[in-house]
Amino acid sequence: MKTSALFSLAAPSRFYRASDRLVPWLWVAAALLAAAGLALGLLFAPADAQQGDAYRIIFIHVPAAWMSMVVYLAMAAWAAVGWVLNARMAAMLARALAPTGVVFTLIALATGAAWGKPAWGAWWVWDARLTSELILLFLYLGYLALVEAIDDVQRADRAGALVAVIGAVNVPVIYFSVRWWNTLHQGASVSLSAAPKLASPMLVAMLLMTCAFWAYAFAVVLTRAGAIVLERERGTEWVGRLGPAAAEPVA
Amino acid sequence: MNWRSAAEFFAMGGYAPFVWGAYGLTAALMALEAWLAVRRRRRACAEAAREPRAREPLR
Repeated sequence: MKTSALFSLAAPSRFYRASDRLVPWLWVAAALLAAAGLALGLLFAPADAQQGDAYRIIFIHVPAAWMSMVVYLAMAAWAAVGWVLNARMAAMLARALAPTGVVFTLIALATGAAWGKPAWGAWWVWDARLTSELILLFLYLGYLALVEAIDDVQRADRAGALVAVIGAVNVPVIYFSVRWWNTLHQGASVSLSAAPKLASPMLVAMLLMTCAFWAYAFAVVLTRAGAIVLERERGTEWVGRLGPAAAEPVA
Repeated sequence: MNWRSAAEFFAMGGYAPFVWGAYGLTAALMALEAWLAVRRRRRACAEAAREPRAREPLR
């Protein structure tokens, strides 16, 4: 895609139409990938030698945790772009990403607790990774509380961007926590530089679920971004021209 | 297939409350989020269709 074509999506009207077409396919992709990942992970992957079948929580816990970090970085990046380039669409995307980040962080924390109880005997420990993931939840909630509290949309976006960018330092802390500190949470089994320490069907199932969560995240974030676009651009010419089609959203 | 019966599958080796609790909560949260997002979209569309046109965006 040419850069000029990519930058054209900075116009809310074009973004809205493009994402409108894409969203149904994203829901389908999410459903299919999840079906494949869950079938493989729950039906075909063998039990773990030490943890038995309790380990199967991994197929939602790890993808959710990865997404909670990725979504935060995306939110901070778009907020920064919106602030620095004064780009409306970028700021709207940051706002659209935040609630999805909350959901993934909650899932990571809750499924982690459900796994921790049988595996460690504890629902919660204040180790580095769990604590920094909890802080991530507070950062998301803080961002949302802040932007909702400020009436002036532009000022709200800018204040939010500052919080989002400063909070981004927490993401590498979460990621490296198992290396930097002596933690109960296990270290990385999957990395970009070394062969995975996970058996094949487990790894494949986890990667399928990660892709499913990605597709879901895109679907839900683009849906929300479309809502935000319409909320902010209400009464403008292009929205008026959407006509009856505007009243029939996708999904 | 890893399981010899449906009962075995649902039992999850004795860890059923933990595993199915985790999966159930995940499904519930994602379904809720999706529903809320779609609802917000529908409302925004309906509001936008009602609004008289041609003014500057809210920004």
